[in-house]
Amino acid sequence: MTKILIIAEHLNGKLNSSTARCVTCAREIKPDAIDVLVLSDAPDAVAAEAAKINGVSKVLTVTNAANSHALAAVYAPQIAAVARNGYTHVLAPSTTFGKDVAPCVAALLGVAQVSDIMKASDAHTFQRPIYAGNAIVTVQAPADQVLVGTVRTASYPAAGNGTNAAPIEVTNVGVELPTHTRFVELAQAKSDRPDLQSARRVVSGGRGVGSKENFAIIFQLADKLGAAVGASRAAVDAGYVPSDLQVGQTGKIIAPELYMAIGISGAIQHLTGIKDAGTIVAINKDGEAPIFEIADIGLVGDLFKLIPELEQAL
Amino acid sequence: MKILVGYKRVVDFNVRIQVKPDGSGVVTDGVKLSANPFDDIALEEALRLREKGITTEVVVATIGPADCQAHLRNGLAMGANRAIHVVTSDAIQPLTAARTLLKLIEKEQPQIVILGKQAIDDDCNQTGQMLAALWNRPQATFASRVEVTGNAARVTREVDAGLETIEVDLPAVITTDLRLNEPRFIKLPDIMKAKSKPLETIEFASLGIASGDHLKATSYAPPPKRSRGVMVKDAAELVAALKTKGLL
Repeated sequence: MTKILIIAEHLNGKLNSSTARCVTCAREIKPDAIDVLVLSDAPDAVAAEAAKINGVSKVLTVTNAANSHALAAVYAPQIAAVARNGYTHVLAPSTTFGKDVAPCVAALLGVAQVSDIMKASDAHTFQRPIYAGNAIVTVQAPADQVLVGTVRTASYPAAGNGTNAAPIEVTNVGVELPTHTRFVELAQAKSDRPDLQSARRVVSGGRGVGSKENFAIIFQLADKLGAAVGASRAAVDAGYVPSDLQVGQTGKIIAPELYMAIGISGAIQHLTGIKDAGTIVAINKDGEAPIFEIADIGLVGDLFKLIPELEQAL
Repeated sequence: MKILVGYKRVVDFNVRIQVKPDGSGVVTDGVKLSANPFDDIALEEALRLREKGITTEVVVATIGPADCQAHLRNGLAMGANRAIHVVTSDAIQPLTAARTLLKLIEKEQPQIVILGKQAIDDDCNQTGQMLAALWNRPQATFASRVEVTGNAARVTREVDAGLETIEVDLPAVITTDLRLNEPRFIKLPDIMKAKSKPLETIEFASLGIASGDHLKATSYAPPPKRSRGVMVKDAAELVAALKTKGLL
């Protein structure tokens, strides 16, 4: 019996689309059951969303004031306790949420973790990227142990939510929770733009944009296209935009239908974050920039001249 | 107060990784090896905490083959007080690394353990979190700012939603993100000084750590290639090309 437990990622009462991507990965394993675990101080709205995702068998909720923020040290013992109820797999998205908590669960269960699953060949054989995506390794996990894994969300589309209405069950975990870790605050940039990780279109700027002020040109084009805004590490390091816009090996790994790289030379660490994009457009003044080696459509020239022209032509 | 820093040696970030033609691994013979960039940031942060008077001793530790000594000497040259080398020729996976570091913690009793958030070879991003869970102590991962006051640390973390700040009681595990600091360069006199700093070696086998319950790598392959597309000459052509693809 293959039973998969997916850890729901949510914020401010909303389910993150990474959860539905994990469901798609779980379905690839062809399990007997896919259950979603929602840890929260008020899980109802999130649980209701999760119950609609096609393929979900059951939603489990654990209500506790201590779960008001996703602290790994608090979540992990609860997840491990639920996992011990006969689950063969525990999956979380490979987002900062999942990366933080999943290894704790694996350690508590005394098992290895498969990070960044991009393909499941069977219930215990997975492909994952290493060396910034420059090699793909196939790994085999012991079949007699619980498999803890994080799912590379860019490799899986979100499972649909048509007619499913999975039952929602309240569950209790009799574990003592630590108080040694306390949430202080979350500084979030207010934005009406689409979310970078799930957007269908993304416009990214790099060092070539030149300054924080110049980045307005990127935001403007993004708004015209209804796109999310991203950035290269160089642009974030230079202080043009906040770190949550960084795309690449150590930032966000994304797979939009359209990715426009503007003033980005295309360091390997950046390319690893975008190679699942549908179409990559590169605009750069240096025709030799590595970004053109993988771009579907390339345009060489001065971005400050080309972007306004592009906006006009749209 | 003492700080323990995990300091892994990896293939240098500038090396273009090649998968062996028979798919048995990646080519590592003769390639340049360096400290994991995130671990350099970890060491730098520990040194800054020492310079602020928060800690008195910084210990760097690595788990790796016998020739990792030169790598640890670099850590000592950067400024660590002493080094611990857990010697093994086996490839060590994160759970084993965490169990090994826990043994070092029991021996050294550090108040803070700083590790890179991930190593740029296996990109696992697991060891710090596993260590915190096994140690039953707090973790502050993906740190971009660390403030230690009394018996707690306030850490700002780079998360997908923005910047999260948490407070953790010490002892705790911190893992570093890119923007925590910029590591210092090693100066020549420091390389000379490092030669006389204490470097302890411990045989991995002597630690009695259970192994063999881990992942087996069965094959390696190069990533699917994206090929070079078309070049357009101006904005109008770009728009036309996007329309042809049905993207506008």
